[in-house]
Amino acid sequence: MISSHFLNTVQLGIKSLLLHKLRSGLTMLGIIFGVCSVISMLAIGEGASFEAQERIKRLGSENIIVNSIKPPEDNIQTSSGKSFSVEYGITYKDVSRIQDTIPGIERVVPLRIIRDNIRFDRNQEAGQIIGTLPSYALVQNIDLIAGRFLTSTDERFQRNVCVITEDLVRKLFPYQDPLQSTVRVKDTYYEVVGVVDETGTAGQRPQMSDSQGKAVDNNIYIPLSTARSRFGELLIKSSSGSQSAERVELHRLIIRMENSAAVISGEKHIDHLFNHFHTKKDYELIVPLQLLREAEATKRMFNIILGSIAAISLLVGGIGIMNIMLATVTERTREIGVRRALGAKRRDIIVQFLIETIVLSIGGGLIGVALGIVVPLCVSYFTEMKTIITAWSVLLAFGISGLTGVIFGLYPASQAAKLDPIDALRQE
Amino acid sequence: MSASSAAPTAPEVIRIRNIEKVFQVGEVPVRALRGLDLTISQGEFVAIMGPSGSGKSTLLNILGCLDRPTSGEYFLGGEDVAKMDDDTLSSIRGQRLGFIFQSYNLIAQLTVLENIQVPLIYQRANLEEHRERCIELGNLVGLSDRLDHRPNQLSGGQQQRVAIARALVNEPLMILADEPTGNLDSETETEVLGIINDLNREGRTIVLVTHDDSVAQNAHRVIHMKDGVIAREVVNSKPERS
Repeated sequence: MISSHFLNTVQLGIKSLLLHKLRSGLTMLGIIFGVCSVISMLAIGEGASFEAQERIKRLGSENIIVNSIKPPEDNIQTSSGKSFSVEYGITYKDVSRIQDTIPGIERVVPLRIIRDNIRFDRNQEAGQIIGTLPSYALVQNIDLIAGRFLTSTDERFQRNVCVITEDLVRKLFPYQDPLQSTVRVKDTYYEVVGVVDETGTAGQRPQMSDSQGKAVDNNIYIPLSTARSRFGELLIKSSSGSQSAERVELHRLIIRMENSAAVISGEKHIDHLFNHFHTKKDYELIVPLQLLREAEATKRMFNIILGSIAAISLLVGGIGIMNIMLATVTERTREIGVRRALGAKRRDIIVQFLIETIVLSIGGGLIGVALGIVVPLCVSYFTEMKTIITAWSVLLAFGISGLTGVIFGLYPASQAAKLDPIDALRQE
Repeated sequence: MSASSAAPTAPEVIRIRNIEKVFQVGEVPVRALRGLDLTISQGEFVAIMGPSGSGKSTLLNILGCLDRPTSGEYFLGGEDVAKMDDDTLSSIRGQRLGFIFQSYNLIAQLTVLENIQVPLIYQRANLEEHRERCIELGNLVGLSDRLDHRPNQLSGGQQQRVAIARALVNEPLMILADEPTGNLDSETETEVLGIINDLNREGRTIVLVTHDDSVAQNAHRVIHMKDGVIAREVVNSKPERS
């Protein structure tokens, strides 16, 4: 009984609104844009922060990364064109110091990164030769596509084996199976034992610090001991007529901690340790967990700003609705009087006008939700920006639009109900 | 003949004792009704006449439970309505009274049939159950082919007939008509009065406010008001039935 009465009232509300289609449509616009902008902005924001967080997570949230960097004062000296060597960066001693003194460490994986040409048959590609331990596979996200990763036997016997990235396979082995083939770097041949796909995007792959941000997808992984014996520690680079030599033992350390609490304390200890033994600032610490937390804090801030914008736009929409409803109440004073004379209680009048407002705002909300889903999809389609429409943002926007209807409908509805039926009937 | 229904034996629909209504206009209290007594029995057709300011509108508002008297007693069908609160008065209006207004007062966005159903909405009645009866009422006032029209597609006389059907839908104790023919030409006036007379002949109690003597001649009893009291009452032994 009550529900059929309610349905009648809703029906009546829709009829009344349809009587002024243009006006109702224009009134809804405020809510439509409000809801649409909330959903699409949140979707774009969510997409951006998701990408950032993924990037950081790939680095490993329980990892601490130490990179060797060329101290800035040495950069100035090399530009003079003379030939000499600089010595900097992480040393094997650092590795054993870290392993011996810092609590909460699960494993330390050192990396040497050498840039050189990698050849197969007549094909040649510039790439990175990365010397590392088998445990590298445990601290970084890499997908083994074929064969195997490096093993401790490879490491012990300084075998000339390598694991090659899929991108490089495509360039060097257009027709052949890379496994059991050999690639050549300088004068040494390495047997390909595995193919991996690095799931991270270009930014997180092992890069030499001087690669100037250029992504290099051509990596081969060789045992660290092999790298040490084949390439030595003195790396000679020739560029634009000048030669420079660098003595770098290790280019990167990936330190896997036991848990995130150990990451926080470990960061301080490692920084302290390096500070003590390195006179120059020839290292940098990257703590993905810290970055993750910063990204989360940024996202929270972003959401607060978005929330305020949403609140303002819905407020404006709500005021628009209230304005129209107040006009409607004045316009329909007579009708209110008639309904009161025919038995409508004040409550009935409140419900009638409130429902009209809610129909307006929910109608606007629904259209806004539809647009709010379409807009991010278009953005993704045309700009390659990742967008994520979350269920909660849709519910939030829609809920707020409904709430706007109730809040901004209450005043006009109570004005309508307050009318004295005699006065209302007398109104021309 | 209708005179029999107005016999003293018929139950009372309205009993008003010594009601007063005082309006506060600024600082000055205005006494619109000054101790008025009135009894209307079931099946009666009463016309209320009087110059403007005589208090007839105030009386009609009180009779219609749209307003409460400042003092005095008002029994409608045995219930003391003089001191009821706003919600109860709304219910009484919806269940016991039928209104016919001078300017028809149909709801523009509703069809004829839906307009007839409006009082039922506020009694929380199931509209589907009463649909047949509403259609019958539409037939009764001669609008069977116009039930899905909107008020703006109807003539004044047709609109007033919709209003009459609407006033009947809740089986009221009494129909209150406020200048029901005031906006109509003489031909449609005759039509509408004819319907009202028919309703009275079927035993319905009718109270009609009018300026027009010829309209008042349809009633059994004509009450002339002046200065907030009943100045005189005329009983028509042979009402002029149009």
